[in-house]
Amino acid sequence: MASGDFLSGVELISPAEWAKGKVKSSQDYFLLCVQSLGNIFRRPFYMADTLQQADLIGFGSLPIVLAACFFTGAALALNSATTLGRFGALTVIGQLVSIGIVRELGPVLAGLVVAGRNSSGMASELGSMIVTEQIDAMRALGTDPMKKLVTPRVLSTIVMLFFLTILGDFLGLIGGSVVASMLLGLDAHEYWSNAWQILVFSDVFMGLAKPVVFGFIVATVGCYYGLSTKGGTQGVGRSTTEAVVAAMILIIAVDVFVTRLLMILLGS
Amino acid sequence: MSSPTQPLEHNLAGGQVPAKQPIVFDNVALAFEDNIVLKGVSFRLEHGETKAIFGIAGAGKSTMLKLVLGLMRPDAGDIYVFGENVTRMKEGDLFALRRKIGMVFQESALFDSLTVRENVEFPLVEEGASSEEEMERRVREALSFVELEHTLDMFPAQLSGGMRRRVAIARAIITQPEILLYDSPTGGLDPITSTTIVELIVKQRDVYKTSSLLVSHRLQDAFTMATHYFDRSSNHMRHLPPGSRAEVPMTFLILREGKVIFDGDAHELARCTDPYIKEYIS
Repeated sequence: MASGDFLSGVELISPAEWAKGKVKSSQDYFLLCVQSLGNIFRRPFYMADTLQQADLIGFGSLPIVLAACFFTGAALALNSATTLGRFGALTVIGQLVSIGIVRELGPVLAGLVVAGRNSSGMASELGSMIVTEQIDAMRALGTDPMKKLVTPRVLSTIVMLFFLTILGDFLGLIGGSVVASMLLGLDAHEYWSNAWQILVFSDVFMGLAKPVVFGFIVATVGCYYGLSTKGGTQGVGRSTTEAVVAAMILIIAVDVFVTRLLMILLGS
Repeated sequence: MSSPTQPLEHNLAGGQVPAKQPIVFDNVALAFEDNIVLKGVSFRLEHGETKAIFGIAGAGKSTMLKLVLGLMRPDAGDIYVFGENVTRMKEGDLFALRRKIGMVFQESALFDSLTVRENVEFPLVEEGASSEEEMERRVREALSFVELEHTLDMFPAQLSGGMRRRVAIARAIITQPEILLYDSPTGGLDPITSTTIVELIVKQRDVYKTSSLLVSHRLQDAFTMATHYFDRSSNHMRHLPPGSRAEVPMTFLILREGKVIFDGDAHELARCTDPYIKEYIS
């Protein structure tokens, strides 16, 4: 096959154009983030839309967040048992599971699960509205889509991910407890005492600050990709995929920086 | 034939804002990358007038409606809506102005997750000024105008293309806007449904005296509007009696290669000697 055939259909773009496109996208995303937060304090307030989104995002994601956290807590206990057993420290397994789940795994898992479910949902819903001119119709009817569609999603995702993480943490600890008592033969009371006593303010604060950041990322990324959809139904599919990938990568990357920042601020 | 519309710079040279005509385009230009769509388009829409815009596909007709609403910005020139320059207004300020304008989109653009009732009452809910009873009354009134009262609790997906277009008209008129913009309201519809839509547009023009811009590919629809009036007593469209054309405020605007090549009424259009226009209307 000739090289010309191989490259046919491939659209080449100059590095300068590519860079300009990325800068423009970053600028648009930044503006969307600023507007979505600023609109929380501006009339009109779309309380019904916010509650509807809270129901869709919060209750809709509840079973999968709980399941993910339960089994991760159980797996963490199982994996830790091997190492802790070598040092005769099997009894501190409650501490390890507790710190691991509350500080890190609970928020990240809940964030990733909600991103997988809701970033894609938001991107596809808003993307479909873009390609069928429903967003233009909304603007033509004198309604700001940023206030009506984006801000309720951002607000409800932040609030619901916060509570989902609390419930997820609890289920993660239960998962560890089940493994500890049923497979490792540890006393359940001892497990829960250890798990509870090891936690200090900085651990809980870190575990509850992260879902606020992750919720913001999930909603803004989903809405951004949805509202920047181009190219009909194929474009909606592309936006949906890109939103999930971007939200998940951002959560994992931002987690490192948030962890480090909170460690410095809290001195832990 | 009217001579091609002259740019309006001379009117505005002294900083004079055009009188509060519903819509004024002043030397508007727009391009999408290398594709020049509008090259100095100027025209005025008078109070109560319906202006039908024609041109080949991609001539920028639908774009002109989006420019009026401030959904898009021109590269050059000014667009005035009731004397306000929409090209220089911030997005936040445009929302109030847009509430004075009703728009019927080409593919209806109904909110597919809302029922017909919720779609039609959407502008009233957003205004937040009406009581539940008042909203119900106005929704029923708007839907009875388009003869679709029975579809209140149906979703857009359950309606035919023509019914969706009529619901879009009901949604556009429920706030009794001072300007209506129709983007190919009869496109893709069968002749009987098209006539129903044309009759609704004529009814809106003659009963409520709403100023309108109408984008269309169907010249016959615009000629029907120019040769008919709405008879309130029979609630139907009737052919104008001979010699009464001046009573119908209906004009035509034809675009070619980004410029206005004709702006006048049906009789001027019929008498036009321009070969391109003659071929277009033949």
